[in-house]
Amino acid sequence: MKTSSFTAIALCTALLVAGTTSALVTNDYFFSASYTVLQFVVLATAWNILGGFTGYVNFGSAAFFALGAYSSIVLDRLLEAPIGLSILSGTAVAALVGLGMGYLTLRLRGVFFAIATLAFAEVLFTFVVNWDYVGGARGAYVVLQGRPPLGFRSFVQFLFAIMALMAAGAVAIARFVQTSTLGLGLAAIRDDEVAAECSGVPTLRLKLVSTTVSGGLMGMAGATFPYFLSYVEPHGVFSLSYAVNSIAMPLIGGMYDWAGPVIGALLLGGLQQVLQVNVSADWNLFLVGALLVVFVTIAPHGIMGWTFRRGRRGRPT
Amino acid sequence: MSGPLLVAKGVTKRFGGFVALDGVDLSVGAGERVGLIGPNGSGKSTLVNCIAGTVRGGGSIEFDGHDLAPLPPHRRIRLGIARSFQIPRPFASMTVLDNLRIPLLYAARAHPLLQRSRGRETEEALSILRQVGLEAKAGRLSRELTQVDMRKLELARAIASHPKLLVADEALAGLSASEVDEILAILLEMKGRGVAVILIEHMMRAVLRFSERIAVLVVGRKIADGPAETVLRDPAVERAYLGQ
Amino acid sequence: MSGPLFANALVSGLLLAGFYAAVSVGISIAFGMLDVVNIAHPAFIILGSYAASIANASMGADPIVTAVALSPAFFALGLLLYRFYHATFERRGREPLRGLAFFFGILFVTEVALILAFGVDYRSVTARYIGTTWRLGTVDLPLRLFVPFVVSVAMTLSLQVFLSRTFFGRAVLAVGQDQLALQLMGVDPVRIKQIAFGISIATAGVAGALLVIIQPVQPSLGREYIGLVFAIPVLGGMGSIAGTLAGAAILGVATSFTATFFGPSWAPAVSFGILLFALAFRPSGLFGR
Repeated sequence: MKTSSFTAIALCTALLVAGTTSALVTNDYFFSASYTVLQFVVLATAWNILGGFTGYVNFGSAAFFALGAYSSIVLDRLLEAPIGLSILSGTAVAALVGLGMGYLTLRLRGVFFAIATLAFAEVLFTFVVNWDYVGGARGAYVVLQGRPPLGFRSFVQFLFAIMALMAAGAVAIARFVQTSTLGLGLAAIRDDEVAAECSGVPTLRLKLVSTTVSGGLMGMAGATFPYFLSYVEPHGVFSLSYAVNSIAMPLIGGMYDWAGPVIGALLLGGLQQVLQVNVSADWNLFLVGALLVVFVTIAPHGIMGWTFRRGRRGRPT
Repeated sequence: MSGPLLVAKGVTKRFGGFVALDGVDLSVGAGERVGLIGPNGSGKSTLVNCIAGTVRGGGSIEFDGHDLAPLPPHRRIRLGIARSFQIPRPFASMTVLDNLRIPLLYAARAHPLLQRSRGRETEEALSILRQVGLEAKAGRLSRELTQVDMRKLELARAIASHPKLLVADEALAGLSASEVDEILAILLEMKGRGVAVILIEHMMRAVLRFSERIAVLVVGRKIADGPAETVLRDPAVERAYLGQ
Repeated sequence: MSGPLFANALVSGLLLAGFYAAVSVGISIAFGMLDVVNIAHPAFIILGSYAASIANASMGADPIVTAVALSPAFFALGLLLYRFYHATFERRGREPLRGLAFFFGILFVTEVALILAFGVDYRSVTARYIGTTWRLGTVDLPLRLFVPFVVSVAMTLSLQVFLSRTFFGRAVLAVGQDQLALQLMGVDPVRIKQIAFGISIATAGVAGALLVIIQPVQPSLGREYIGLVFAIPVLGGMGSIAGTLAGAAILGVATSFTATFFGPSWAPAVSFGILLFALAFRPSGLFGR
């Protein structure tokens, strides 16, 4: 299926789902939970572009998510910017930082890169905690004024629709990357970087594209977060749960295909939403961590690895 | 073009205190078949790495009129230098066919990312696989191949990059006599396409069959370079192999 | 900048450096010599802290005594963990990032398990020397820093002696460089690696007990030490104990000065910032391998 067709179908599906649920479902909790699950679809898909497709593990997903969130806060303080502008800027800032961080660290072996991403997240966290303009450790409030736009009954429904579109977009981008020549090059880097370089793949350039796209999409997911929660503080935004989930979900779903992170996010994200009601947040996190350990040990190719024995990349020919 | 294809002058490489290469000169002309021999640890693989760009050393290397010093490996292969690895390094998660599409798209094309891959390279990939005898296994995952087939895949990948110079690093190690013949046949065929080959080998019979010219490396220095019969009768070469 | 303030920051930094060496020497072994990216190392440190704290609270045991008493247990834990890691990840060949994800999961699970078992409150220990401070001229020598410093340096130096003078130790140094040669000498590399990794985890346990003497601990403290634990071997050179001491000195003094002159909330950024800097410019360290 051509990329343009897929993208159109994905976006239309998102609009359809958002539209029908908004009309039929009145319980705002549904939208809140679904927003969170779809947010994980974006995060997991974004992470996997660098992680599963290119083979570079990023432990600092929270940092890019936070960049998106905090750029929205800054824009809100400066200009009371509309949400569309916030999304654009969050994506752009995170993408630029992804590019910059990639440039500094991608010459390193994969293992050192992973550690560097963790270090980067901690350094960013420290800066944010000490930055009073965005509230520092006390946090910041962002409140949506007036009536929900476009006739939605509540802001949560509106944000859910936006997140649905973002999820569709992220998935379309991931699929495009995977099935393009770029994706073939990334897979070569993942399998054997030296051999890839010696086969003509411009490894540094492709890795930079990967970190930029991956980081940008994670920032996109974070851009609407302040509007969703109304109150944002550093420990929450930089929570390690983002790092663990964005690794566990693609791992469980399957890292070699765009569909894997989606499956993992829907399953694991959905599970967490259900458990959250009955069980403490800490048990929730324990479960995610335990699943990560179990899957990486016995099923590293995830659910898709079980069903697609040949482990093929979907290629349109 | 006039002048040799590859001109390496004074190539030097140190690893800490250990001198792997100590001022090696080597020239290769278009379509030439050069054998590179020497005892273990003499620096043959290091020389390959210096030419391919995976290791940075001293001295100068010119290829097809271009100075290689500022170029990373992926640019060198696009210029026409291909190398196969001593221990095959296939792209394990991909099929045999996809393994070939990578050099076809990235090494042999002008703008790989700007082109919509309509699968045209698939035909050429299959044709190359046919030449090396792997066509039947095109759809298999590369990590499932036998040793010999992996060696063939290494060479096929090198061929797919449309090289002017192919450096085969111990492509025959550990193979049976008939397998050696199969691989040698592929390499001998390269001259017909105007591709120069540097064959790095320990197997003397194969080196003799293959080479128009032989260069000998010992402890990082080149001690002989000339027609096969002359070189192998050189007392210095005999000493290097037997006297140490 | 006042003289006494400077001097005190320097001394605290050097005392901390000794402790930092103990914290990271395990990674120098595991990552530097065995190529095992045990990003969960800080988790074992915190486990050591909690063990010392519990023994202290229930039996009044001195943390250092607990550390020594429990080191065989930590050693055994390291042995088993390496066995599992080797069977599951190393044998399958090229997928080193799986091992990394595995250890990350372990780090995370350990932290959450501690939260579930003990909550997020800070825990500390009491001992006779913790409140005492010696005076050398204008310089303070708080015993809660000095005692861990002494134990750390003792541990690090004995490790150095073990590695360079005993057969097992030399085998450990060798296994990182040339496994085949070791096998040809009739030594099983896997056994050696197991022992080395066991030692690595044992040092983590001891470091944990020392940590809880220096400051109160809570479960997520482990994460803050990841930067440190990797920055020091990277700075000082993987697999070099002398390098570890040098790297620890740099980090200890840098952290101390930052905390004194810029405020403690900036201190965690120091280790991570230095790590990034070191990775960007000298991945093989000052005493490169």
